[in-house]
Amino acid sequence: MISSGDTKIRKAKVISRRVFIISLVKVVIFTGIVGRLFSLQVKENKKYLTLSDKNRLREWKLPPIRGEFVDYFGNIIAGNMEVYRLHVIPEQVENFNYLMTRLKTILDLSDNEYSKIIKKKNKQKPWETIIISENLSWSQFSKLNLYLHELDGAKPVLSVSRYYPYKENFTHVLGYLSRASTSDIENSESIKKNYVPGLRVGKIGLEKTFESDLIGTNGIQRYEVNAYGKRVNQVDHILGKKGKNIKLTIDAEVQKYVNELLIGRSGSISVMDIYTGEIIALHSSPSFDPTLFLHGISNEDWKSIRENPLKPLLNKTVSGLYSPGSTIKPIVALSALENDVISPEMKVRCTGKIELYGHRYHCWKEKGHGYMNLREAIKQSCDTYFYEASRKLGVDRLNVTAKRFGLGNNVFDGLFPDEKKGLVPSTKWKKNNLGVGWVLGETLLTGIGQGYIQTTPVQLCLMTAQLANGGFKIYPRLTFDNNYEDYETVKHKMFQKTIEKKNSTIGLIETSKELIFSAKNKYEILFRNQENIKFVLDAMYGSTNEVFGTSYKSRIEDTKYQFAGKTGTAQVKRITEEARKLDLKTEQIPYEERDHALYVAYGPYKHPRYAMSIVIEHGGSGSKAAAPIAKKLFKFVIDRHELREIIRKRKLKNI
Amino acid sequence: MYSKLSFTGELTFFQKLRSLDYWLLFCVLLLGIISTISMYSSEGGQILYYTKSHFIRFSVFFLLMLVLSFLRPSFWHAIGYLFFFIVMVLLVVASFYGVKASGSQRWINLYFVNLQPSELMKIAIIVCFAKYYHRIQITNVNTLQGLLIPIVILIIPIVFVLSQPDLGTSILIALSGIAVVWLSGVKIKYFFYSFLSLIITAPFIISLLKPYQKIRILTFFNPERDPLGAGYQIIQSKIAIGSGGIYGKGFLKGTQSYLEFLPEKHTDFIFTLFSEEHGFVGSFILLIIYAILIFRIISIGALSRSFFGKLFCYGFGTSIFIYIVVNMAMVLGMVPIVGSPLPIMSYGGSSMLATMIGLAIVMGCRIYNKELIA
Repeated sequence: MISSGDTKIRKAKVISRRVFIISLVKVVIFTGIVGRLFSLQVKENKKYLTLSDKNRLREWKLPPIRGEFVDYFGNIIAGNMEVYRLHVIPEQVENFNYLMTRLKTILDLSDNEYSKIIKKKNKQKPWETIIISENLSWSQFSKLNLYLHELDGAKPVLSVSRYYPYKENFTHVLGYLSRASTSDIENSESIKKNYVPGLRVGKIGLEKTFESDLIGTNGIQRYEVNAYGKRVNQVDHILGKKGKNIKLTIDAEVQKYVNELLIGRSGSISVMDIYTGEIIALHSSPSFDPTLFLHGISNEDWKSIRENPLKPLLNKTVSGLYSPGSTIKPIVALSALENDVISPEMKVRCTGKIELYGHRYHCWKEKGHGYMNLREAIKQSCDTYFYEASRKLGVDRLNVTAKRFGLGNNVFDGLFPDEKKGLVPSTKWKKNNLGVGWVLGETLLTGIGQGYIQTTPVQLCLMTAQLANGGFKIYPRLTFDNNYEDYETVKHKMFQKTIEKKNSTIGLIETSKELIFSAKNKYEILFRNQENIKFVLDAMYGSTNEVFGTSYKSRIEDTKYQFAGKTGTAQVKRITEEARKLDLKTEQIPYEERDHALYVAYGPYKHPRYAMSIVIEHGGSGSKAAAPIAKKLFKFVIDRHELREIIRKRKLKNI
Repeated sequence: MYSKLSFTGELTFFQKLRSLDYWLLFCVLLLGIISTISMYSSEGGQILYYTKSHFIRFSVFFLLMLVLSFLRPSFWHAIGYLFFFIVMVLLVVASFYGVKASGSQRWINLYFVNLQPSELMKIAIIVCFAKYYHRIQITNVNTLQGLLIPIVILIIPIVFVLSQPDLGTSILIALSGIAVVWLSGVKIKYFFYSFLSLIITAPFIISLLKPYQKIRILTFFNPERDPLGAGYQIIQSKIAIGSGGIYGKGFLKGTQSYLEFLPEKHTDFIFTLFSEEHGFVGSFILLIIYAILIFRIISIGALSRSFFGKLFCYGFGTSIFIYIVVNMAMVLGMVPIVGSPLPIMSYGGSSMLATMIGLAIVMGCRIYNKELIA
């Protein structure tokens, strides 16, 4: 097998030619590889750089810091508190089950909570945090610190949580926070935008109404993550914006006092500035601690709140509907005077009952008041007189006046979604809604605040305020906004309105027509003749400060605190003839059948600034149950007035 | 047999040492250093198992190569068929009794190390063919018998490697073998015919492929069809290389690799890691080093007097070129993903050993370039 020289040369030639061809091919292919590298790394670099960043960077939204609520004096009433949470990252724990059993005994976790945590652990990736507790109590925290060196992997973490330093005092105004539900997220753009798991949002009250202002914006933490989603290191931390702080018109001290006054009772108190409409206090009793809902309410707590016969969940001030009883009488009297139906001198003899159209109508005073004029009738709350007055007036004219003074309509413009309008009946209303014609006897009942008429406590407060300020439309408010006008401005505008009215001859308001209020035309005049208002106010003075007045016992003689008011006792049940004969004491009647006690008042009498309404459910008579509360409260409110003025004037200077 | 071989006048040791190809050695050392540094980077800037192991293997096999360089080409020629036979036996053993890992059976457990005979086959086939064509007369190359024997020799190992299954290695063995056949002067028309028949039988061959291999081919044509599954490697590799840019992200700063988006970064995708960190410039330099390496091997072949030496050098140089191109084209998304290491750079003992043996034979051809083999 020895190759001859010739074939050797041929072999060498062939291989040289072939290797030359193959080398050319190699050069071409290498050039192709370089071209591909060039196109990926130079031409399309940006595209792939973006893709690579998308791979490695993940953003974590941090919970936004919620805006705070402060009262008129700047006291925090809903704030943010630093709380300790307990986090465990299973990946960093050597023996998870051991740690959990230790934590269970240390923190005294229930079996239910324990199994929930275990379930959560099995669902998550091992490097994802498990929150063992969102809100460690002080004793839990200190106990935990004692054993922390033995609890590898348990981390107490500082976090922010809502806190309500006044506990149950503001619950019905502010509402409460709880975990955002799916419907919360769907219905609110701002919640959707800022949502992070575990976010707490307002469920009711102002916390809900002002959600989009309060919520703030997320902080963002940018992390580098590996292919399995584990955070490797923090790249960026953008701080979020805290939500807007909201200042309320409420004086926390008054609010607290109001709560004390109502403790153990079911009822409502509203206090209002009669010029600016600032709400000084707004409370519904009983209340509950809003913090209960923050971390999910326990079954026992929820049961005790829901099954409480005094209905703590109901915001009685704006959603509770009550017959106004005799507190409506100033409006009936005013309506009758404005419509020239009666004169103040008209006299009616009260014998304790009156026979009309075949029915018998009783006055609250069985023996009768004897001869009464209008002032005495208001002062002594004579029902017989008002049967006669309302008979002459008719329900439709009363309806106009009552509505003009704020009954039968929302007091707050959308602040409380669950606010009730109440009802001021008219013949038309009955025909349309019940399909039956109006019966005259119903007019008489409406005239003493019984029957169909239904009002909320805050409506009664507004009604009283609008009487007390001389008959001008005001706008109750809980917060300060751009439309806010100071006391001096409001008073000045009201004064100007009065001048305008005096100067114009055709400016008479038709008392039978409802007013249409526009935002431009503020502080609308509600009366035809201001003398009529003054008369009613004077009669209310008599009711509180003169002998035989229904709330005479609750008067304050010091002119600094002197107030005027009107009692009301709303029947819950029709009084039968037998019961009337028995004349039972309040304590002898079953709780659910006792009358509601009402009281409306304004003061100080000489220069009124505040109006209030008090409703005590099933409290008995207004003079016994409600008026004494007004006495205490007025003293308190007036004492706080000076402080309030200082703040007000300081702010004026600043502007 | 080789004592009477065609060569008179012994070289002294120092003469031999001097006639080593230092350009070639320099390139190999450079690649060794670059690969060790890349291993270090693949472990997140720590000297761990892969870095140590790779460095040790490189050092041992580099020394082995130097020692083996002093073996004459006539020795390799003499044991050519035996070498092929031994590797073939190992291959059969591996295919039947080998260590199973990730669904394939391609390793023999030698207790201190796992040997992959299919990698050695890449060299053995070249040695074998070089001997075959050295001995055959040019007139017999294109005869039926002359054509059939190499085809049978080539097909037997390929069938075993395919059955392991290891598509990547079998393709590389086939390409290396075909390259030698081409170099030795088989007529172009036969290549043309076989290419044609390959295309015609392609559907049949594809039907024989394992499902995962089919998926890989489909994925190559459209990586986006399954971005988290089979297309993941191609997509992540392209992202890594593309995001490297002109100068790269910097040493130890390749986010795709250290955040573990990049699969198999020690082995098949080592170039991706290198390219992400050192960019177009770095990759280009690496390609130049390989180009010099191949150029030196071809040059040694050209200077070799024996036909065996020539054919081996040309064949081996072309094989190295094919390994590089297949690997790079794969990580650049130009061909489907098949397991194919980058010579010297990739982690893997058998591949390194095979490459070093090949280089040692080339080096032998350099030292004894005047030697003729009967």
